Amino acid sequence: MAEVRLREIVKRYDEVEAVRGIDLDIADHEFVVLVGPSGCGKSTTLRMIAGLEDITGGEILIGGDVVNDVPPKDRDIAMVFQNYALYPHMSVFQNMSFGLRLKRYPKDEIKKRVDEAARILDIKELLDRKPKQLSGGQRQRVAMGRAIVRNPKVFLFDEPLSNLDAKLRVAMRTEIKRVHQQVRTTTVYVTHDQVEAMTLADRVVVMNNGSIEQVGSPQQLYHSPRTRFVAGFIGSPAMNFIPCRLEERTGALSIRLTDSLAFPIPEAKAVRYRGHAANGSLLLGLRPEHITEAHGHLEPGAVPFEARLDVTEPMGMETLVYFGLNGTQVCGRVNPNAGAREGTPLRLAADLGNMHLIDEATGLVI
Amino acid sequence: MAETAMTAPAQSARRPKYGSMSRDRTWALRWSYFFLILFVIFFLLPPIYMLITSLKTSAEISAATNPWWVFNPTLENYRELLTSSQYLGYFRNSAIVSVIVVTITMLISVPAAFALSRMKFWGSATLATGVFLTYLVPDTLLFIPLFKMFAVFNDWTGIQLINRWYVLLILYPTLTVPFCTWIMIGYFASIPKELDEAALIDGAGWLQTLTKVFIPVALPGLIAATIFAFTVSWAQFLYPLAFTTSTEQLVLPVGIITSLIKGDVFNWGQIMTGALLGAAPPLIIYAFLMDYYIAGLTAGATKG
Repeated sequence: MAEVRLREIVKRYDEVEAVRGIDLDIADHEFVVLVGPSGCGKSTTLRMIAGLEDITGGEILIGGDVVNDVPPKDRDIAMVFQNYALYPHMSVFQNMSFGLRLKRYPKDEIKKRVDEAARILDIKELLDRKPKQLSGGQRQRVAMGRAIVRNPKVFLFDEPLSNLDAKLRVAMRTEIKRVHQQVRTTTVYVTHDQVEAMTLADRVVVMNNGSIEQVGSPQQLYHSPRTRFVAGFIGSPAMNFIPCRLEERTGALSIRLTDSLAFPIPEAKAVRYRGHAANGSLLLGLRPEHITEAHGHLEPGAVPFEARLDVTEPMGMETLVYFGLNGTQVCGRVNPNAGAREGTPLRLAADLGNMHLIDEATGLVI
Repeated sequence: MAETAMTAPAQSARRPKYGSMSRDRTWALRWSYFFLILFVIFFLLPPIYMLITSLKTSAEISAATNPWWVFNPTLENYRELLTSSQYLGYFRNSAIVSVIVVTITMLISVPAAFALSRMKFWGSATLATGVFLTYLVPDTLLFIPLFKMFAVFNDWTGIQLINRWYVLLILYPTLTVPFCTWIMIGYFASIPKELDEAALIDGAGWLQTLTKVFIPVALPGLIAATIFAFTVSWAQFLYPLAFTTSTEQLVLPVGIITSLIKGDVFNWGQIMTGALLGAAPPLIIYAFLMDYYIAGLTAGATKG
């Protein structure tokens, strides 16, 4: 096991810069998830760590050694691919032991390791089968087993759950987490699914357009996003962004959304926003769970307002409500018993204690 | 009233629609059988005619009887050919040449296809197209320059290649290697890229990836290429006709023609027998390898 360091990593394909000088330190035993939309450079970064892509600029260190020019087989890494990439002509046992057999491990050792990995993944009874006789979930387990038996310094996962159906994906997510807790190998995991990122990671790296937007624990990213992109990417349904103005009257700051609607900003937050009143392009960032039905007794920081609902989506444990506010569609989450009905007004409360203010021009959270 | 009037035409309009679908299918099947039978007759008549003729005596062949019936069946033609050292010699030459050519072809085209389809190097795409273009040059255009080349080679080295059976070992691969490389490129390209990447990460070098992953996975393609190379070298007529002349150097297709046609005397019975026997080895190989050919070995490699 080892730590992984990326130093100013650049990847350029002819004219296109896929990865633009990223720095990242991944600690030993850590589970780091690279997340971002398609084409953000996350897979390219992973493939450069694996040695499957040449590095245009910068350095990659695994266990303290620069591996830029080390071929994949000598990097002591194991990779799990989105489409499993099992050898179709080999049995599960042969698939899992392929790497060890190439390295001429003794037969007893190979058997011991494969059995152990099969036990961890609960695939002991599948060892004699061929990949085509396995279901998607089983194939993905075998692919993980192939990685585990090698006992590598680093595990690399390239969207391993994207080919599975929704239910199996949730099950395999738990499985991956459980395996990591058992084997404790440093793991770099790539996904475009922010839920996967939040649930699996010790730290999440949000990437966009070839650069890192923010690195942090799932909680940090959720509660203190640094940019509009992160604020919008993490969390489902996504954060609402409503154009607004800052108003300062007699020392009190408030957010003006429309001529008739303004929210006073709680004092704890107001300190940070003073001096931005002149900024004309501001966005109020508010997560759907911070727009709920208004109770008789309001929480501190919560401001009531009335909205005519356009759409309601009952989810069972909650109901998502959509309404227009200052030209944007805004989503809120209300109690299923709050009486939310399409086309009718509902008294809602915005929790400004959890608000974010975003400078639209720079895309940064203030 | 109004309701029934509305629904009745709707129903009657729907019924023939379902009926027409099954009728379409029936007609499609009828046409399929018609054309298949036509093709079977077209393609099987010559071999059947060969078989019938091979069982006749020369007298019966030249007699004005029904050519599609044997009145006095005899195996004399078979006995004569199979005891003639000349015919067996042609057969042996053909077998040796074909086996060696298939081996040479596979040894060249499999690694070539692997390199062209998987290793990224400067000019690989152009080379792949180049390989295919070579195949498009008709061999009738090539044999004169080739003849000249061998003559020059003889002048320089003193080694005579013309009129030696082993000259075919150089000639046939010029036909088989480009085509086999081309089909193998296609087969290798259909193997998901992740499979060689997985092998690469597992610690396999390029050669191990080729031998332990690509060849087993692309076995149906490999067999198709083998069958092709064998058929080409077994049935090739023009090159051996042009480059070999002595009886002991001849291969089967040319041997039959030169030894069984004497001037304007055609020994039809033996020609047919020789051709029929000559067609047997490819047939046997087809039958033997067909199962592998059909097996879908890539199933289960990746998502699916």
